[in-house]
Amino acid sequence: MSLVDVAGLVKIFERRQAPWGRPRRICAVDRVSFAIEEAETFGLVGESGSGKTTTVRCLLRLIEPTAGSFLFRGEQVFGLPAPRMRALRRDMQMIFQDPDSSLNPRMTAGAIVEEGLVIHAQGSPAERRARVRELFELVGLDAGMPGRYPHEFSGGQRQRIGIARALALGPALLVADEPVSALDVSIQAQVINLLMDLQQRLGLTLLLVAHDLRLVRHICSRIAVMYRGRIVETGRADAVFRAPVHPYTRALVSAMPDPDPGGRQPRIRYDDAFDPGADLREHAPGHWAAV
Amino acid sequence: MGDERTPLLEVRGLTTEFVSERDGVRRAIRAVDGVSFDIGRGEILALGGESGSGKSITALSILRLVPPPGRILSGSILFEGRDLLALDEHALRRVRGARIGFVFQEPMTALNPVFSVGDQIAEALAVHGVAAGAAARARAIELLDAVRIPEPARRARDFPHQLSGGMRQRVLIAAAMACGPPLLVADEPTTALDATIQADILDLLLAMRQAMGLSVLLITHDVGIVARVADRVAVMYAGRIVEIGPAAAVLASPQHPYTRGLLASLPGRTPGARLGAITGAAPDLATLPPGCAFAPRCADRFEPCHESRPEPQTLSPGHSARCFLHGGAAR
Repeated sequence: MSLVDVAGLVKIFERRQAPWGRPRRICAVDRVSFAIEEAETFGLVGESGSGKTTTVRCLLRLIEPTAGSFLFRGEQVFGLPAPRMRALRRDMQMIFQDPDSSLNPRMTAGAIVEEGLVIHAQGSPAERRARVRELFELVGLDAGMPGRYPHEFSGGQRQRIGIARALALGPALLVADEPVSALDVSIQAQVINLLMDLQQRLGLTLLLVAHDLRLVRHICSRIAVMYRGRIVETGRADAVFRAPVHPYTRALVSAMPDPDPGGRQPRIRYDDAFDPGADLREHAPGHWAAV
Repeated sequence: MGDERTPLLEVRGLTTEFVSERDGVRRAIRAVDGVSFDIGRGEILALGGESGSGKSITALSILRLVPPPGRILSGSILFEGRDLLALDEHALRRVRGARIGFVFQEPMTALNPVFSVGDQIAEALAVHGVAAGAAARARAIELLDAVRIPEPARRARDFPHQLSGGMRQRVLIAAAMACGPPLLVADEPTTALDATIQADILDLLLAMRQAMGLSVLLITHDVGIVARVADRVAVMYAGRIVEIGPAAAVLASPQHPYTRGLLASLPGRTPGARLGAITGAAPDLATLPPGCAFAPRCADRFEPCHESRPEPQTLSPGHSARCFLHGGAAR
């Protein structure tokens, strides 16, 4: 049994252009299906507006999906009553893109990391404080720092606070939405190393949402490429990058700026000539594309 | 237009200072500290570095658009035989836009929302006396076509909100190129854009260089972009250029420990491997150490690094690094 099993996920947003107008329906996520095994790193890639963030927000039920199913350890998450959903959230936590806006500026770093433990009534105050110190150490923050406020930390340190908060309840699944895109290159590397270390040490399952193909290729074992709300290609990361099948994936991979001199690949352009509604077909074992 | 062999732009010892007051203490911060480089005709120089390294302030200094309380302290900026730092505001206005075009990072905010994009380009032409009225509007459509905007005549009547981010950035490039400047200063022109659109914009810069011998100062933090389009690259750290040289040489064999660290911290080369992250964070410019600004984070530091600031050491023609590993230490 996979830890995560998503089938036929659909999210439709309705927007009225004017108060008296008919609502316009926008299908942000269109019949998305994928599975993630325990302790695997799975990457969801695509450009802005492709539906990758909406997909993971539906999974954590930060927004309600329109249709589909999400089995977490075999348990149907969509439609779960609120108390059970709250309990389940301990097992799936999220790291956000922008550490500036995802940390409450009026809470100390220690209180931010401890908050989940308080909400889920974990341990005595002394035990919680010890756990916070342990988490700070785990993510490479100075144990003397919990009393400080977010603005006293650098961007990279703030993202570490966000990671410590996500790990506080010992989740099985960590969803990271663009966890390093707001950081400078040298700081990005520190946070990427930390995520890889934590994943190995804690046996975490990581669902990474990113537009940076280099990052995805670096840490993901399998990936899914999204385009206009649909998964157009999925498979092992090395296979998809080496031999992309779908015209959109080929264009995306060829547009990836390669830092190696002489590695300038000719650009491949895509047109919208491919059938956007095509079903995924298996082109090689485990490598599916919608052509 | 001057000799073909003299560089189009020669920046020497450019120093830009910001004065701030915190807790009643006046602190001077050198955002740009003794920066020197040339850009040849038809050349693309990438100015790389992380946030706070001074690359954007360098670009703004060249255009003399440093926002107060910043001010240019010293240096010279020779462009087409004149020192831009010696020009009065009136003369400067005939350089900005007309002889040096510029494009900034945010395609969302740089355009005026209440004028059509065609009118905004026509305005640039009219201001510089290149063309006016119907001629300017016709030229605006040609420029939109040159930056490969489909149906340029129709698009010229569109307002900025009707265009995607990539299209808006093309409009800004068209406006920057309106007067046919020999130099384009582009500050992170593709950072806010998706990968495929980013590649389109970079291809466009290369095509314009090919077609009209455009020189470009390209500010970027992305090593992939440097590899894709730059002829030469200068890497900035804490206000100084720590390494400059041909892009291929710098990327293939970086000589400054900071450049080496940056390249090692890029993901994707060896999937799954630990990245060679640089420890620590960029320094506070107000409290720089007396020696090399990178020394506290440098794995290769030795005694001289803490004592004085390294001067550029030439390693091969056109390739130099400010690092004592390559000599220049006091002993």
